[in-house]
Amino acid sequence: MLLIIVPVMILIVVFAWRYRKGGDGTYDKQFHHSTSLELVIWSAPLLIIIALGALTWSSTHLLDPFRPLDRISAEKPIDRNVAPLRVQVVALDWKWLFIYPEQGVATVNELVLPVDRQVRFDITSTNMMNTFYAPTLAGMIYAMPGMQSTLHAVLNKPGEYEGFSANYSGAGFSDMRFKLHGVDQASFDRWIGETKASTKTLQTPQYLALEKPSEKVPVARYGSVEAGIFSRIVNRCITPGTTCMSATMKHDGKQHGLVPPRGGEHQHGAPPEGAVFKEPHEIAPGTNVTKPRDPKPPGNQAPASPKNRDISSISPALARDGSIGA
Amino acid sequence: MATPSTDKAETSPTFYLVEESGHHHAASGGSTLLGFWIYLMSDALIFATLFATYGVLSTSYAGGPGPGELFELPLVALNTAFLLFSSITYGMAMIDMEAGNQRATQIWLAITGLLGAAFIGVELYEFTSLIHEGATPQTSAFLSAFFTLVGTHGLHVTFGLIWLVVMLVQVGQRGLNADNRRRLVCLGMFWHLLDVVWIGVFTFVYLLGVLR
Amino acid sequence: MFDQTLAKTIFGRLSWESFPIHEPILLVTFAVVVLLGLGILAAVTKYKLWGYLWTEWFTTVDHKKIGIMYMILGIIMLLRGFADAVMMRLQQAIAFGANEGYLNAHHYDQIFTAHGTIMIFFVAIPLVVGLINYVMPLQIGARDVAFPFLNNFSFWLTAAGAILVMISLFVGEFSRAGWLNYVPVANLQNSPDTGPDYYLWALQIAGVGTTLSAINMVATILKMRAPGMTMMKMPVFVWTALCSNVLAIAIFPVLTGAFALLMLDRYLGMNFFTNDLGGNPMMYWNLVWIWGHPEVYVLVLPVFGIYSEITSTFSGKRLFGYSSMVYATVVITILSYLVWLHHFFTMGSGASVNSFFGIATMVISIPTGAKIFNWLFTMYRGNIRYELPMMWVVAFMLTFVVGGMTGVLLAVPPADFVLHNSLFLVAHFHNVIIGGVVFGLFAGMTYWFPKAFGFKLDPFWGKVSFWGWVVGYWLAWTPIYVVGLMGTTRRVRHFDDPSLQPWFVLAAIGALIIGVGIVAFVIQIAVSIKNRDKLRDTTGDPWDGRTLEWATSSPPPNYNFAFTPVVHDLDAWYDMKDRAAQRPTAGFQPIHMPRNTGMGVILSGLAMVMGFAMVWYIWWLAIVSFVALVAFSIAHTFNYDRDYYIAADVVTDTEDQRSRLLAEKA
Repeated sequence: MLLIIVPVMILIVVFAWRYRKGGDGTYDKQFHHSTSLELVIWSAPLLIIIALGALTWSSTHLLDPFRPLDRISAEKPIDRNVAPLRVQVVALDWKWLFIYPEQGVATVNELVLPVDRQVRFDITSTNMMNTFYAPTLAGMIYAMPGMQSTLHAVLNKPGEYEGFSANYSGAGFSDMRFKLHGVDQASFDRWIGETKASTKTLQTPQYLALEKPSEKVPVARYGSVEAGIFSRIVNRCITPGTTCMSATMKHDGKQHGLVPPRGGEHQHGAPPEGAVFKEPHEIAPGTNVTKPRDPKPPGNQAPASPKNRDISSISPALARDGSIGA
Repeated sequence: MATPSTDKAETSPTFYLVEESGHHHAASGGSTLLGFWIYLMSDALIFATLFATYGVLSTSYAGGPGPGELFELPLVALNTAFLLFSSITYGMAMIDMEAGNQRATQIWLAITGLLGAAFIGVELYEFTSLIHEGATPQTSAFLSAFFTLVGTHGLHVTFGLIWLVVMLVQVGQRGLNADNRRRLVCLGMFWHLLDVVWIGVFTFVYLLGVLR
Repeated sequence: MFDQTLAKTIFGRLSWESFPIHEPILLVTFAVVVLLGLGILAAVTKYKLWGYLWTEWFTTVDHKKIGIMYMILGIIMLLRGFADAVMMRLQQAIAFGANEGYLNAHHYDQIFTAHGTIMIFFVAIPLVVGLINYVMPLQIGARDVAFPFLNNFSFWLTAAGAILVMISLFVGEFSRAGWLNYVPVANLQNSPDTGPDYYLWALQIAGVGTTLSAINMVATILKMRAPGMTMMKMPVFVWTALCSNVLAIAIFPVLTGAFALLMLDRYLGMNFFTNDLGGNPMMYWNLVWIWGHPEVYVLVLPVFGIYSEITSTFSGKRLFGYSSMVYATVVITILSYLVWLHHFFTMGSGASVNSFFGIATMVISIPTGAKIFNWLFTMYRGNIRYELPMMWVVAFMLTFVVGGMTGVLLAVPPADFVLHNSLFLVAHFHNVIIGGVVFGLFAGMTYWFPKAFGFKLDPFWGKVSFWGWVVGYWLAWTPIYVVGLMGTTRRVRHFDDPSLQPWFVLAAIGALIIGVGIVAFVIQIAVSIKNRDKLRDTTGDPWDGRTLEWATSSPPPNYNFAFTPVVHDLDAWYDMKDRAAQRPTAGFQPIHMPRNTGMGVILSGLAMVMGFAMVWYIWWLAIVSFVALVAFSIAHTFNYDRDYYIAADVVTDTEDQRSRLLAEKA
């Protein structure tokens, strides 16, 4: 692209100087049409775009995040016999939950991956739309409620990297960060072992507590994870007693008889009542909540300090339970 | 707009319309009709948006009832007949307007209004009975889209009725003068567009819904 | 309990707590605004200007005055939007590591939302619409637009929307969901506050105004051109205005629809964009971007027209490749409708869909590139006078090609999978919007100011403003390109990595230099008004122009042309000068003109009250204002007496005066 941009910029400057009033360029006010020049003007960008378009078509298909990788790195081909490591990613308000279904462990805001092994991320969200993004992994994809997206990636160099949400998702968005540790296979196995030893478990009640909005959540590790929890999150039936979306869809396909509409208090996150239907006394005052709840103004406080959580926070009781972090 | 000679070969072409009688008046009838056409197209795009939305959400029953259980085709067919006939009667009104028969124009307009009111009445009946059965717009995305698409059309018809009543009063007051004729033509285009949209609603929402 | 119920019935959710009395930044702003406002009101009252303002400006149906009011609205809102920008840049320059900055998330999120919303809807749109309103009817030799009342009404609807946004600064709060009010953030369950409601009502009201205005402009261009001006003899600015307005008519209904559905979600509890019960948030993204991408072209096409007019005038040449310029404009108009998905490649639509939209996006760069070449070859073999408007053109060309290049880069889906939502993207669209739209608007304002007011703008302060903008732009946005390439995301309030801080400090300094440019612009206007006698232009043609707006006096009489001009060639005024056409000085006739009306102000005021009532759940007021809105609209149709004649001797007097001025000059 620079092939055309740079000459154009030079030409702009040259023409702008040469043909200034009183300059040495010839003035020909009849020069306002030239078929051959027009041909060049239209065909040169067209050729570039044709080339670029072909490149785009192939590279978009090659680098589609849903498509498994072809190679581990530039030199190393992929071993087709090794299944990709599976990680299930849930974007919560406002933290990341990583579930390792094969290992049966889970973490919050910490992702540990073995290097040179293909990873398949299955990604969803509970409420907001986020983007799962770790710049070292190259590629991002949205985390959307009620949807599962997939990203294939591989890490080539061990080390500690940053990961975050790349799509604005509300108050706690800026600090929705996680640490990505790239380690060799042996360290990874050791880390799994250590995590398994953790007494914390991620069952439905702990998940429901974790799901509540909170910011700047410290790292947490769970030694065991309830089976199938990710699919219940995707299908929006994590609350006991709710119907899964997959089941509803199956039923919708059949259409037998009039059934009472889904709803009522069992509904996971059922949308609130419309404003028009509120009785006067139900109308919450429209306060201006820019005022921080903590009397101290924000600024110059330690990043993880609970004082920063002036918009939302995990209730202290839950934190003490040990169901979430420190 | 007058078109004077623009022949370049002329030795001294005219550069100003000196002989004009100062009528180059802004809101001439021709631009009103064109402008109203463009407005109708933008309105059609709102309906297009609603149709697209309905298309996306038309199977999102969320466990609630679907079209097969809800729609009563005979009732809708009756409604369709009301609206189609009202377009014909509006056409009759326009023929009489062209002929300059004020009385006949008013009568045909009134009949059109009654048919439109009947359409709205049946639609309201349909909506209340649906809500009575528990199929409210809040039940599922499908029902939200259904009520919004059909309801927006109904609101347009209601607006058309108000306009029609206003026109009846204005024709009564001032007769079929140029302004009123232009307005009646605009209202007519509006009314026929709603008819066309309803054919889309009937086919796309009701017929295909029951077939599904 | 009863009192509470009564109070809530009367005031909805409006209460003492709705006022941000604990927020020092807002409090000071409020105090300043109130003082300024009171000062202006006092001055207007003291000099007894209310009657003048009402009869000559507020109720006017004259496209020129409406155009000027659009420009004033846009410039005032530019100051507000820029204040937001400075606050963001300061926050990002200091909020590193342990320092949380001076804005909490709640405040910061409102600021970036308000900045984007205001800059697009209440700065760029009014400025572009204002210039089209002022210039286009003159260029086609018309006396007014097709629907003069509608024009006044459209302006006041836009102003009503702007006022509603400004009210949200001091009563309640604005949306925190980004400039397109994204769901799920803007869903009722996630934002039960007034923010998204303010956003929706303000933009719905302003959006109706923009749609009506676009219909008006298209009808004007198609129906009211001077005799002899065939489509291929229209000035390029008229062509681009036509395409831009056609595009606006094609997209604004979609936005209105999408916002209406979100309103239904929020007010009636429907399930269009909810996460549950079958709702689909992704649909909202699709709908708003079907509007959103073409909107960029709605803004930039008329500005391309401005550059074309200026390049050709100051190069002293006819535009190179007029017809290819027209075709390029039309092609861009059509293609812009086919690219919206490139705003969310990362939603996972699949590789083939992504490739299609990526390639379609790149294809737009072909006609855009052709335009750049056409300007380049207009300059070639020209005799370029470097007055201020031409300086803006050269700055634009150099800046815009970079933005175009980064745009093509972002259109490649695999690149977007890395750069999506990054500050690289933010830098790209500021590159094309500042370097394209804003530079062009300043060029256009400088170029047509003498036409509107009869004197030129002061060149010294204009150059200060020019260099402030150009240097400030490059200093503010180059660092943002860099940190964006490093993977920094947009809309972030606080950073962990201290190595990024110098870049953000640089960007903040750049923003302040842009601020110098803006202040210099305001000073430029003040100084020019003060020195207006020195800067006076009596010819009506200060730049040796080529199109019909320069054929009449500056400022033009309210009927524009005493006799409608007849067009024989492209660049009609140049042709007239070339063949020494004589301006007729006698035989004037009475001129038929539309009459002023206050109905636009009344209807828009009622719409604004209704919007405010709906935002605050004051149902009775909403119903009352809605009924009043319908009643006044109907009442308006009973007024058949909408026009009058300017007597022939008034026209003769005006034209004689112009003859005298022209004779003095000669």
